[in-house]
Amino acid sequence: MLSRVILSAVFIASAGAAFAQTKPAVDQAKVETTVKATFSKASSEWKSRIELDETQRVCTQTHNKVSVAQADAIQARELARVVMPPDGKFLGDWKKGYSVANNGRGGQFSDPPGTVSGGNCFACHQMDPKEVSYGTLGPSLAAYGKDRKYDPDLIKDAWTKIYNSQAVVACSNMPRFGTMKVLDEQQIKDVLAYLFDPESPVNK
Amino acid sequence: MRRHWIPAALLAVAVGLAGVAATAQTAQDESEKEIERYRAMINDPMANPGYLAVDRGEDRWAQKRGKKNVSLQTCDLGQGSGKLEGAYAKMPRYFADADKVMDLEQRLLWCMQTIQDLDTTDVVARRFSGPGRVSDMEDLVAFIANKSNGMKIEPQSSHAKEKELTDIGEELFYRRAGVMDFSCASCHGESGKRIRLQALPDLSTPGKQAQETMSSWPTYRVSQSALRTMQHRLWDCFRQQRWPAPDYASEGLTALHMFLNKQAAGGETNVPSIKR
Repeated sequence: MLSRVILSAVFIASAGAAFAQTKPAVDQAKVETTVKATFSKASSEWKSRIELDETQRVCTQTHNKVSVAQADAIQARELARVVMPPDGKFLGDWKKGYSVANNGRGGQFSDPPGTVSGGNCFACHQMDPKEVSYGTLGPSLAAYGKDRKYDPDLIKDAWTKIYNSQAVVACSNMPRFGTMKVLDEQQIKDVLAYLFDPESPVNK
Repeated sequence: MRRHWIPAALLAVAVGLAGVAATAQTAQDESEKEIERYRAMINDPMANPGYLAVDRGEDRWAQKRGKKNVSLQTCDLGQGSGKLEGAYAKMPRYFADADKVMDLEQRLLWCMQTIQDLDTTDVVARRFSGPGRVSDMEDLVAFIANKSNGMKIEPQSSHAKEKELTDIGEELFYRRAGVMDFSCASCHGESGKRIRLQALPDLSTPGKQAQETMSSWPTYRVSQSALRTMQHRLWDCFRQQRWPAPDYASEGLTALHMFLNKQAAGGETNVPSIKR
């Protein structure tokens, strides 16, 4: 229970100062016109991908520095978009999870159609402490499961975080992997196993 | 901090973990040193293939083309007809004849169309060079930008449209969209961050990191064996952001360039540089 409190504290800290910011007036209509002019040759399917949803709009307008009320609204909305695994099983195969974490392909205009997206976790996080090539945009996840004593409640929390990071931290830098359909249910289970399986290199 | 609640009995384990972390840290430092060494090694102007693009660009600038069969040598880049010295360091800028803020590529296309009466379809098709495909635009930008070497980046804001486009650029920098919710700021909003092993410049804050970035484009990219301009850099950023491909020489790219130049004001131009 105490670890959960600490975990929440880490989440809150990483959200940054939750101050509302007054922005200089920029004519939003002109910004929209510029966006249209910049992606005029994109297909309608591609254009639809950069239409902002409500959460993206608030994070954009505040430069990610949301007020407490805005943060609450975002987190409530995004929490409602989290789907727990119907079979109640959270952990898949950690070896497959490594492949998902290590795969940075998918979703780019240079990708051939049908490319399976990866989670690209290593781009931003340390995971296996033996892997030297990792990014620092997100916190280190080394020993993630071990540090949490493989607590089932914390496995559920991590599912939520991966499925929709903004259900936990409004305007988090991290993608909403499940809600935005970047990763499917099985891929998220495999990544969770990579974090929580005692045999995973993450916990060695 | 996170481990302070671990019972004392587990302390030995924690110490063991710290040992592993220390080993990983040493390996990390070693890789960073290697990367630095590689950067220093390739940063030799006499061996920079980007200067071949500068030479080709000089020829292209003087070449008579289009229905009017004239060169680009009367093209006004903001300093007067045909004047190249320092022009790039003050671009993008407002051009009264076009009533538009333009970056160098937009201006060159405008000059090709109005001065040479050249159909630019083929030039735009070859906007990015590749194996067996030279790019007039990359070569021209290398040649012209090189004429600003030693000069400081001067973001333009005297015309209302320049100010407005800079503000729009700032909004685009923070605009989160696409399946991954990424904006420019997702990677370039904080100092001292890395993606994998690649250090990321913080472009959200005016100063040294923005100066070093903006004063080193156009650049010769070793991994692509090609001279690349800011147009290509931003196109590639949007690819990684999981946004659609931006139109070449479009308003949004110029807006971002305006904003980034504002962050980089005072940076001393030294191009073409050479990068991984």
